[in-house]
Amino acid sequence: MTDLTTAGTVPAAAPRKGSLLEQDERTRRRNGAEARFRALGLIAVTIGVLALVGLLTSILMNGVSSFRQTFIEVEVFLDPAKLDKSGNRDVEEISKVTTFGYAPLIDAAMAKLLEEHASSLEGLTTKQVGDLISKEAPAKLRRYVLANPDKIGETVPFRLLANGRIDGFFKGRVTMESAELDRNVSPEQLRLAQKLRDAGVLTVAFNWEFFTAPDASDTRPEAAGLGVAIIGSAYMMQIVLVLSLPIGVAASIYLEEFAPQNRLTDLIEVNISNLAAVPSIVFGILGLAIFINFAGLPQSAPIVGGLVLTLMTLPTIIIATRAALKSVPPSIRDAALGVGASKMQTVFHHVLPLAMPGILTGTIIGLAQALGETAPLLLIGMVAFVREFPAGPPEGFFDPASALPVQVYNWTQRGDPAFVERASGAIIVLLVFLVMMNIVAIVLRRRFERRW
Amino acid sequence: MLFKSTVSALALTALAAGTAAARDNIQIAGSSTVLPYAAIVAEAFGENFDYPTPVVESGGSGAGRKKLCEGVGENTIDIANSSSRIKQSDIDLCAKNGVTEIMEVRIGYDGIVFASDINGPSFAFTPADWHAALAAQVNKDGALAANPNKTWSDVRADLPAQNILAFIPGTKHGTREVFDEKVIIAGCEENGTFDLHLAANGGDKKAAEKACMQLRTDGVSVDIDGDYTETLARIDANKHAIGVFGLSFYQNNTDKLQVATMNGVEPTVETIASGEYPVSRPLYFYVKNAHLDVIPGLQEYIEFFVSDEIAGPDGPLAAYGLVSDPELAKTQEMVKNRVPMGVLN
Repeated sequence: MTDLTTAGTVPAAAPRKGSLLEQDERTRRRNGAEARFRALGLIAVTIGVLALVGLLTSILMNGVSSFRQTFIEVEVFLDPAKLDKSGNRDVEEISKVTTFGYAPLIDAAMAKLLEEHASSLEGLTTKQVGDLISKEAPAKLRRYVLANPDKIGETVPFRLLANGRIDGFFKGRVTMESAELDRNVSPEQLRLAQKLRDAGVLTVAFNWEFFTAPDASDTRPEAAGLGVAIIGSAYMMQIVLVLSLPIGVAASIYLEEFAPQNRLTDLIEVNISNLAAVPSIVFGILGLAIFINFAGLPQSAPIVGGLVLTLMTLPTIIIATRAALKSVPPSIRDAALGVGASKMQTVFHHVLPLAMPGILTGTIIGLAQALGETAPLLLIGMVAFVREFPAGPPEGFFDPASALPVQVYNWTQRGDPAFVERASGAIIVLLVFLVMMNIVAIVLRRRFERRW
Repeated sequence: MLFKSTVSALALTALAAGTAAARDNIQIAGSSTVLPYAAIVAEAFGENFDYPTPVVESGGSGAGRKKLCEGVGENTIDIANSSSRIKQSDIDLCAKNGVTEIMEVRIGYDGIVFASDINGPSFAFTPADWHAALAAQVNKDGALAANPNKTWSDVRADLPAQNILAFIPGTKHGTREVFDEKVIIAGCEENGTFDLHLAANGGDKKAAEKACMQLRTDGVSVDIDGDYTETLARIDANKHAIGVFGLSFYQNNTDKLQVATMNGVEPTVETIASGEYPVSRPLYFYVKNAHLDVIPGLQEYIEFFVSDEIAGPDGPLAAYGLVSDPELAKTQEMVKNRVPMGVLN
């Protein structure tokens, strides 16, 4: 009894002091912790967003101008005395005249153009006036003359690229003050260019050649384009897709649906996860040793790049595919097996179609990762100055080519400041491709994904 | 049906592999200093000849020479660009792998310049100044002492009173070798530190030179392992810094950089060609002679590279900052006769 009475005197729980609306110390602490966590989360998100916005704006600010380029319309007299001395219009003989022989024609044409529109050359020599035009122009003229030898002796209108510094002047990169100090351009040249612009001969227009032209050397940034890089990247992505999708899917179906659970398969699984975390440059070393030194495949070729990137992408695809296969509910398999389907029929008729959106998403993300990869390409000779377009597939897979991220890397190393703009432009193109691939992945997921 | 198409696809690939075995483009690798020149020549070569434009890789002089020496065959490179002379170890490696005949082609000279932000004070250096500013140990009243200099005016009273901060090429660059040899060691000998080191090392010249090249590690001398664009960006951020550049890079950025004189000589194509400006070095490329008749256009490319039109004083290479070789005619003759290089002297 005493027990009971003592128990009765001890309060079962401390009576609540104050009202529900008033928070006690402990609740305040808990709420405070939550508020702090939220604030930290918000700060983290803000930092992320700011970094992204900063990155994108700096790239856009630097790079958008690379999509526009300065052109000069000029009529060039194709002087027979310089181009075809014998006068019999023999292409063989005309081709002996190198691009160095064409430069004076452009200089003369520019001098004539400026006398028409600017009335004076501001004391510049014909050569300096000719420097308003890109060093690429003689090559363009030579190609034209070799294709149309009968035009020699006529005056032909050309739309030629302006020199990189002149182009920079109309994009705000070069100013009169900087030209004063710059040994590659003079304020007089800029003034003449301005006069040409006022006369409507010099125009700033959309630059398709940025997407179609090959890379150019350091002396002519205005002519550099992404053509070879885009083709090289496209070839590599084709190879990666054709090889890694079937191999990856076959491997994951076997591992997920057929393979017995034992130590060996466990080991394989662990190693696939490990492979996904291997730094990409390691695959480059592997590619150099196996594909180039052992198998004798050519250097700088998209086939080797594609094979190396396939190895790099496989683990990503296998992991994504296995996750997609796992997410198909067992009831589907049980039902299929229940109505008498074989294991293989179950997988190919029921499980695989249902897992397809997940597999494709994984594949596209793997491809996007491979598209942006530079490090492994460094070792197989693809980080190079490549100007020659590869042939059509499949022979073209064995020709030297560049790749988009490689082009970005190359351009950031060049001495001429005009390449900064081009590198940013190439980044924009690369980002557009990546965003497009990710959008395809999202659309596929949205349209075909089944929720259980 | 599926089987058939698979087989035909495989056959097509095999065919392509067969045709690809006969490489028709020239493969070049090596020094990033030579890369812009090689790219200019490759571009002009592709425009003016019926051969495809050569593929030019960078990756460093040493790496390029090693690749050249990997062996003979179409999956090895034809030419290695190099901003320093080939080493005996490279030649031995080449010989071991069957690359017995190498042709050494000197394309011209490259000046190494010291430049700072265009709006800062201008500098007139001597090699001794650079040694006194950057070396770990300097000559202090006839004895070796840890480098106490904080500003350039501490080094020499008539230099601007600006904090010392130098961006010099990292040790993997060929440029660093030249910097060490022609500036740091030369300066070390000039200001008497060399003799002190010599005495401290018991007359061992090699050890004394090594001691001369020990740079201070208190953040005043910063190694740049990237390229000149990185050095330029660093100077942009640290306006009082001085960077080491190639002449051609400086000439492309004269609106941002001002160049310092060395021993009172301003670096220009002319002063480097005449040898007045002390810090310069020859640039080379090395050709695998065994490939000359195998790779189409290789001989033509080399001859085109050293022709007066390209490498001469009025050619595009000189316009980009290469100091043309006064003995170019000799090189042209050598290239024509495919004379392999002899024993290193």
